[in-house]
Amino acid sequence: MKYIREFRDGKLARKLAGAIAREADPARRYHFMEFCGGHTHAIFRYGVQDLVPDNVEYVHGPGCPVCVLPVRRLDDAIELALTENVILCTYGDMMRVPGTKQQSLIKAKAGGADIRMIYSTQDALKIARDHPERQVVFFAIGFETTTPPTAVAIKQAHAAGLRNFSVFCNHVLTPPAIAHIVNAPAQPGEDPVRIDGFLGPSHVSSVIGWAPYEPAARDFGKPVVIAGFEPLDVMQSTLMLVRQINDGRHEVENQYTRVVTREGNRKAQSLVDEVLELRETFEWRGLGSVPHSALRIRDIFAEFDAERRFAVSPKQSREVKSCECPSVLRGVKKPTDCKLFGTVCTPENPMGACMVSSEGACAAYWTYGRKREASRAVRDAVA
Amino acid sequence: MTAADNPKKKLAGVVDMTHGGGGRAMSDLIEKLFRRHLSNPALDQGHDAAVLDRPAGRLVLSTDAHVVSPLFFPGGDIGSLAVHGTLNDVAMAGARPLSLTASFILEEGFPLEELELIVKSMAQASREAGVPVVSGDTKVVEKGKGDGVFISTTGLGVLPEGVAISPEAARPGQVVLISGPIGDHGVAILSKRENLEFETEIRSDSAALHDLVAEMINVDPGISVLRDPTRGGLATALNEIANASRIGFVLQEESIPVSPDVQAACELLGLDPLYVANEGKLVCICAAERADELLAVMRAHPNGRGACRIGEVVDDPDCMVIMETEFGGSRVVDWLSGEQLPRIC
Repeated sequence: MKYIREFRDGKLARKLAGAIAREADPARRYHFMEFCGGHTHAIFRYGVQDLVPDNVEYVHGPGCPVCVLPVRRLDDAIELALTENVILCTYGDMMRVPGTKQQSLIKAKAGGADIRMIYSTQDALKIARDHPERQVVFFAIGFETTTPPTAVAIKQAHAAGLRNFSVFCNHVLTPPAIAHIVNAPAQPGEDPVRIDGFLGPSHVSSVIGWAPYEPAARDFGKPVVIAGFEPLDVMQSTLMLVRQINDGRHEVENQYTRVVTREGNRKAQSLVDEVLELRETFEWRGLGSVPHSALRIRDIFAEFDAERRFAVSPKQSREVKSCECPSVLRGVKKPTDCKLFGTVCTPENPMGACMVSSEGACAAYWTYGRKREASRAVRDAVA
Repeated sequence: MTAADNPKKKLAGVVDMTHGGGGRAMSDLIEKLFRRHLSNPALDQGHDAAVLDRPAGRLVLSTDAHVVSPLFFPGGDIGSLAVHGTLNDVAMAGARPLSLTASFILEEGFPLEELELIVKSMAQASREAGVPVVSGDTKVVEKGKGDGVFISTTGLGVLPEGVAISPEAARPGQVVLISGPIGDHGVAILSKRENLEFETEIRSDSAALHDLVAEMINVDPGISVLRDPTRGGLATALNEIANASRIGFVLQEESIPVSPDVQAACELLGLDPLYVANEGKLVCICAAERADELLAVMRAHPNGRGACRIGEVVDDPDCMVIMETEFGGSRVVDWLSGEQLPRIC
């Protein structure tokens, strides 16, 4: 397919692999955090790790929107879904994420809650228009990429006087999370996370541009390369990071020039700014409370804020004991370091969010990378 | 006056509870719709059970429920699908299908006009396949207790002498063939789903494969495994075979046929064509030295034009399906977890 296959070309991949192998200093290790789940997915689906030398290692970051949502917010969404007369609209990935006591939206649905899987905020608006007698709540999650459509939906609902539509807003921001990861002290009993550079967000950056990462690169001395989601993008960005480190540079570079500019999409930014504002602080799964890292609905659109329309009760939310999702999301541990991985926690029966989404590190490990050694052995046997 | 009171009047209106009540309305529905379109000597006997001659050879029996949504989709509908799905299950044992039975669960309020379209389509699929529907049943459930129409079909077939096709029969050194491009059915269904409609030329590949199978067996009666990769797609079918045969597979991504339209739709929707359903494709595992001959026969048949070789069976105690990616790496092709697309067949 035009403009897709070109970015998955095996010959070019081998050329890039050769360049990375030549330029990576065998005397040192390179730890690169790929921020987005889309990168994680590409690395595993195409076997990128097989093509880079052993001393270049990918550390999986927190950029999976489903994974970083704390259990308490999910519990709140489940409560909203179970509220009389409510239709909860959600992106499909959220359905199977386990909340407290293994409750989930899919279980709530089986128990009678009216939960609709949607692909776009426009679907949620349509459901609200089609069911004026019901309260339709859109469960908004995601980074800067999914935020503009939420803002548009709220503006449309406002313009149409749609009184039965509201948004449970959980949108989070990327640059504060990157700053938090490099800056946060190690948790008790954990080694500090080792990161030499970042494969920066791709689609997020198409909205916010690459300028917002400049403080992190400058202040923390970590190079950032904005990287596309195709496997060749990941490999080229890896080479760019290796070069920066070898040169002692720590800049923001843009590999994804076909989509991302320094300024980003100004129109989308101003739309978001019109409807949403910074929260003082927001809890992330794995990262804890991160100041100025999320958005809420502005007062002038308060009537569309589900948090204000419905009184969700305070609750004792708990993740599964010994689930290592939080450490995996910080890049401190690998999925295989978790006792639950592949034993009690599998995609069929996920204990933590990272096993649910195809962008989650645990699911990617399980689906594509599991028993890598065994698969290598089989391949060698065939060869 | 309702249609039931006047047997000459064409069926119109909607299904109501009397159509399942065992009275005249039900008898009328059977007469005007089912027997009219599906007519054959066994069905026309009018028994609740069909009386059939006993064929020589081992019998193959398979049953399948169909709940596809939407009921009508590009390339087929629930009626043709209910015929093809069950015929293919019988054919994948290597058998020649002889007859079908069908039971309909109708929801109160379902338009009779649409039901007639479905029954007509079923009749056409059965005629084309040369396999009659010899017995049937109809039940009606209250509005809200069904979703229009559900159809269960059962197929009876007979196995040619010397054929020993089984999911447990794959052995290292054998090769994997596929009869054509994958993912068309799932994507065609998806393109008509509410909230998701998109413009595409993709049609379901829904087709009866027993004729293709018969020609393949003619050339190589020693075929080890046949499987139609329906729900869960090619990936799931191969994982099932790997586990049943206690072997592994190595696939070459570049050799797996996917049409550009299906590839594009999958990119857009975040689906992997390996996991998308097919209703008119088969996977064949055979001896490496028979592969070329089988491929030639498959390619000469209308249902196997796009046939190609996609991988090998290897010795692997972990029973994994590994794919060498076009990109130059390798990955595990795991079972599908959860449901990629619900209610596709």
